[in-house]
Amino acid sequence: MTPVEFDYLRHFLKKKSGLALSADKQYLVESRLLPIARRVGAANLGALVARLREPNSEALAMQVVEAMTTNETFFFRDKIPFEHFRTTMMPALLASRAATKRIRIWCTSASSGQEPYSLAMILKDMGAATAGWRIDILATDLASGVIEKARRGSYSQFEVQRGLPIGLLIKHFTQVGDQWQIAPDIRAMVQYRPLNLLCDFANLGMFDVIFCRNVLIYFDEETKIGVLNRLAQVMAPDGFLALGAAETVVGLTRALKPIPDKRGLYAPDRSAESGVGMMRSGAAKLTLVAG
Amino acid sequence: MKTCLIVDDSSVIRKVARRILEGLSFTIVEAEDGQQALETCRSNMPDAVLLDWNMPVMDGHDFLKALRRLPGGDKPKVVFCTTENDVVHIARALHAGANEYIMKPFDKEIVEAKFQEVGLI
Ligand SMILES: C[S@@+](CC[C@H](N)C(=O)[O-])C[C@H]1O[C@@H](n2cnc3c(N)ncnc32)[C@H](O)[C@@H]1O
Repeated sequence: MTPVEFDYLRHFLKKKSGLALSADKQYLVESRLLPIARRVGAANLGALVARLREPNSEALAMQVVEAMTTNETFFFRDKIPFEHFRTTMMPALLASRAATKRIRIWCTSASSGQEPYSLAMILKDMGAATAGWRIDILATDLASGVIEKARRGSYSQFEVQRGLPIGLLIKHFTQVGDQWQIAPDIRAMVQYRPLNLLCDFANLGMFDVIFCRNVLIYFDEETKIGVLNRLAQVMAPDGFLALGAAETVVGLTRALKPIPDKRGLYAPDRSAESGVGMMRSGAAKLTLVAG
Repeated sequence: MKTCLIVDDSSVIRKVARRILEGLSFTIVEAEDGQQALETCRSNMPDAVLLDWNMPVMDGHDFLKALRRLPGGDKPKVVFCTTENDVVHIARALHAGANEYIMKPFDKEIVEAKFQEVGLI
């Protein structure tokens, strides 16, 4: 791959998915994209890039974008955000939404489903406290392959041993051959659909809880700012945002603020006037990036 | 440093488990079957037990039931580590007082995740 071709791919990926690749990531691009080149009969990455430049190459573009995503995930990843969900977010929302009995949750980058299903298991185990409530979990991801897997709800022995307590495994899964199938009632609690965080998502409505974890780390600062600002706009004023352990809003936006003593948890901050200013400019920049 | 008793009749498994757990800062004691393990626990109760199921002399399940009846035997966190990978065995293990359950084959990541799960790390 020539430097020009690598550069083309870097710009292409940034535009399509937000993925910011540093100049030393050529090996990564090669290892992920060579199998695609082979599959579509392109002799090398140069030939693959040439195909991407052709008109009507959208299907190939999607394959390339998807192959470059990192889908690493596991049940109850990092534990703390799920503890926050059970002991902070849900009690607050059960009190404040008592009149409507409705809660909307969004996992923005759900990968193969372990994150939304972890939330669903927590809700299920809350039992009577949520009886009569309508609690929706929307789970989205850019990559259609992982969404398909998430919908199936079938996991390998290795996957169910990372983060999932054994008690929950035997409570909510059944063994099918060498796979573990999540129970139909848990599966039915989560709706999956493909979604690119770079695209406008205002039409999804407002959310009380957003889990946007371990995806911003792949974006450059400008893209992070844009996504965070637009997330703030679809959050209820008393809603919660959970980010990954290596992610923060601090220094990026004033539309969101850390919740004291709750690591990784953020709330909309509508008090900061300048925050609104940052919010708008972030969104405008992003439209350009995503377009 | 916390101690972990590794109970397995396979010296290979004990060696692999020892390497992983020493890497997680445990002091390791080994036993080849449930009977040996029980004797070890009588003289020196460990903080954790990594426990195989099928072993000669006394199997892991019988060991666990006996351990939980010993004075102070409720203290160690017991993590099964076995090829018995079905719901029936898992349920029996939990019923007998196991804290976690690893289905073989295992690797460092799984051991670490399970030991974290029960609060050992
Ligand atoms: C490392 S996984 C994190 C999964 C899960 N949230 C967790 O924390 O375990 C990152 C996911 O983000 C998705 N992703 C990457 N870029 C995205 C984008 N622009 N819009 C939506 N999802 C994206 C990837 O497909 C991948 O499944």
